[in-house]
Amino acid sequence: MDTRHLIRTLTLDGRKAVPMARAWILALGGALVIAALLFFAAIGPRPDFALAAETWRFLYKFAVTLALFATGLWALVALARPGMRSRQRLAALLLAPCLLVAAILVEVAAIPTDQLGSRLIGSNAMLCMTFIPLIGIGPLAAFLLALRHGAPDAPSLAGAVAGLVAGGLAATFYAAHCNDDSPLFVAAWYLPAILLLAALGAVSARFVLRW
Amino acid sequence: MDGDTDAELARLLNAALTGDEQAYAVFLHRAAGLVRRFARRRISHGGLDPEDIVQETLLAVHLKRHTWRTEAPVGPWLYAIARFKLIDAFRRTSRSIEVLADGDFDAPAPEPEDSATDREIDRALSVLPAREQAVVSSISVDGRSIGETALSLDMTEGAVRVALHRGLARIARTFGRI
Repeated sequence: MDTRHLIRTLTLDGRKAVPMARAWILALGGALVIAALLFFAAIGPRPDFALAAETWRFLYKFAVTLALFATGLWALVALARPGMRSRQRLAALLLAPCLLVAAILVEVAAIPTDQLGSRLIGSNAMLCMTFIPLIGIGPLAAFLLALRHGAPDAPSLAGAVAGLVAGGLAATFYAAHCNDDSPLFVAAWYLPAILLLAALGAVSARFVLRW
Repeated sequence: MDGDTDAELARLLNAALTGDEQAYAVFLHRAAGLVRRFARRRISHGGLDPEDIVQETLLAVHLKRHTWRTEAPVGPWLYAIARFKLIDAFRRTSRSIEVLADGDFDAPAPEPEDSATDREIDRALSVLPAREQAVVSSISVDGRSIGETALSLDMTEGAVRVALHRGLARIARTFGRI
């Protein structure tokens, strides 16, 4: 088949694809529903949620996880389109780590040194390492599907960022359950759990994000 | 690619996205010329046929045209797809990879005269399910219209359209892998 024939054939295929914006709305909706269902069915918010919401450490966890979720999503929608990789959007991903480092500095200055270890270890480390990946895996699948509908020209990077967004979302839910509020705990346990999802996203991208 | 060319390509692609087949054909011919030049500059020795890259890129452009942002320039989008397909092809054939810096791609290269029938796209076409293969061949190789194809294969026009789309999507998935 020569190229002229191919072109004529392509012009006759008028079937329109779902626009990317709608694909992302569907993926986000699906991700939220899956994460919320699993969260409320399995662990739910902590009993003293209202009381905790008056402390900065508890609220700050959401600042970090939501920053990761929002900046990640901003980078992700660009990564789904060929030639749209944006250094600016990828740099924005540094916001969440910066927020976390700032909080750690405050924590280290405010807490007596002999208490830092117990804050870091906390009492929910295994729960955290289990439930963040577990809540995040459904959203990761939803984001990979949206990417697959697009045409990511850096598939592994796109998959990794999809994992970060899924991790940010899962960590936001999990933070409402966990009573370890120290930024030291967040760095020690949330971070590896989220990075695990990012690694999973990057690896599965090689198989899922072919186009 | 200068601003005028890109603005013109964007105008054509916009018209195509709203259903203008004529504009779409012109757009794809211009895109083919640009990608052909791009591929020829980067394929320095045998093993890969630049025209296969052109065809694979056009298929991807077609199936992924919803990933173009209507207010964005066409060039970076088009070349990103071409580059992705070229690297993919290099990987498949495990040839040494030669990615040059982006130069200017102003002068599109003409289509080769020979009409080869042993292209990658023909190999992909040959392994399609029977009905999809019949529809795609009828339209592409035999040059029939949707209506003529429906008549000759005793199908409805709707079924022809569905088979055509599925066939093209399947060709894109198997392109160069068989």
